[in-house]
Amino acid sequence: MYSKTVMDHFKNPRNVGVIEGADGVGEVGNPLCGDMMSIYLKIKDEKIHDIKFQTFGCGAAIAVSSMLSEMAKGKSLDDAKRISNKDVADALEGLPKNKLHCSNLGADALKLAIQDYEDKKAGKKRPTPKRAEKHEHTHGDKCYCPYCDSEVEEGATFCMACQTDLEEAH
Amino acid sequence: MAMINLDHLSANPLLPAVQAAMIEAIQKNYGNPSSQHKIGDQAAVALDKARESVAGLIHCATPKEVVFTSGGTESINHAIKGVAFAKADKGKHIVTSNIEHNAVLRTLRRLKMMGYQVTSLPVDEHGRVDPGDVAKAITDETILVTIMHSNNEIGTIQPIEEIARITRDKKVIFHSDATDSVGVVPMDVQKLGVDLLSFASNTFYGPTGVGGLYVRRGTMIWPLLDGGVQENNKRAGTENLIGIIGMGAAAELAIKDMPSRITYAKHLKEKLLRELPNHIEEYIVNGHPEWSLPHLVSISIKYIEGESVVLLLDEESIAVSTRSACAAGALQASHVLLSIGRDFADAQGTMVITFGEDNTEEDVERFLTVLQVAVKTLREISPLYQKPAN
Repeated sequence: MYSKTVMDHFKNPRNVGVIEGADGVGEVGNPLCGDMMSIYLKIKDEKIHDIKFQTFGCGAAIAVSSMLSEMAKGKSLDDAKRISNKDVADALEGLPKNKLHCSNLGADALKLAIQDYEDKKAGKKRPTPKRAEKHEHTHGDKCYCPYCDSEVEEGATFCMACQTDLEEAH
Repeated sequence: MAMINLDHLSANPLLPAVQAAMIEAIQKNYGNPSSQHKIGDQAAVALDKARESVAGLIHCATPKEVVFTSGGTESINHAIKGVAFAKADKGKHIVTSNIEHNAVLRTLRRLKMMGYQVTSLPVDEHGRVDPGDVAKAITDETILVTIMHSNNEIGTIQPIEEIARITRDKKVIFHSDATDSVGVVPMDVQKLGVDLLSFASNTFYGPTGVGGLYVRRGTMIWPLLDGGVQENNKRAGTENLIGIIGMGAAAELAIKDMPSRITYAKHLKEKLLRELPNHIEEYIVNGHPEWSLPHLVSISIKYIEGESVVLLLDEESIAVSTRSACAAGALQASHVLLSIGRDFADAQGTMVITFGEDNTEEDVERFLTVLQVAVKTLREISPLYQKPAN
């Protein structure tokens, strides 16, 4: 079901842990589908000097966190912000369709961690890390089924195209 | 390394006697039971024999009450839709429970799209329905009560006899999804008092793709599949004779071996539950302590997610099942686990272990050792474990 790269990162995740006194922290999660992720950054010369993560989730979620941490390490903040969910999934040699939502978590957590660092630097009050209850609408205003990518109505709990339950996950 | 199968609910090896019966049928009995010649007669004799075996397993009044189907899902669809369509002029109200299998839930959802009303009853913390709630839910419009015999995620067995007394009293048809019970625990449809009972052959070491629906004589039900007059006019289409012969052979073995199978499974289950605290901390055992499938253990392990555990165990050649949303591909926590009061995170860390004849005490010990390492590994990664205050 999973690619070799996914299994490798799942079994031997890189950069697991917490950075005490991190320069930036990003936390995302979706208790409904179960995945939660925290990313810790140490920044030096506007580059990601060190990165650690913690993840509660399935094999894909853990592999995504690990791969993302490797991709981000050493990058400038601007380059790191440009890492997309798709980049992570591609680097993992693809994810099963119903696991693509897991890859969203990784890039979202990284962006939040960078934002946290930039806010602190700009003297803004550090926002309390908050776990999102629902997925953001990543394709713009419209909602799409996470299984078949058909457009579904806002708030729909059932995809007519592929006959699948959606609940809050779309 | 040979695989240790602790997921007998998903897949059972075909027992040698079942294999032998099927292979003999493949080689010698290719006929169509409906044909009017000797090749057909031979097939019809084998079909009748299998029907008698299966009827014996569930104690039907007559073998004619067994309808062979393609498995539990078809039987459930047949029972629910068959009654809903046959009794639509009497009413369109159906009573069920909150912890049914998807085969029931989605069949009922389909009927709701067609104008039927469904009342779904809550369960207690062990997953049992209160028969009093069933009595209260039944109205003049109620045509069917459908409540499972045992649950596939927590193993809890429902008070079917008590519910049947109520449905008989109120003259409402009662269907029970016994897919995970028939062939595992003693089953007597006459004593239970159900009108319809769904079951599957692969639950008791028979082949997949074949199952049965018990239809009490005189129960108003339409066929799901229309066509020929097979299966006493209740299920059209040429029978899956090879599969049915395998199911018959498996039923004979289940009748004979059930007491020893139950004793053995209970022994392994007790060993696992007794030794589990020596290996992991912070978990919940799901289900009813007494009214439970003898071979099933359901545990919710805190701070970790089930699919990750399954993958790590699989790497060590141990097969278990999880009810995490991620693994189910459903992206939502199990409705069964939420119904018995587990929170989202605990529901995510739920594993189901089901024992079979091929398991040994060494299997349990190896499972516990490997599980201990897997849980430790995953908790080290988990943000919930580091910050349990949340």
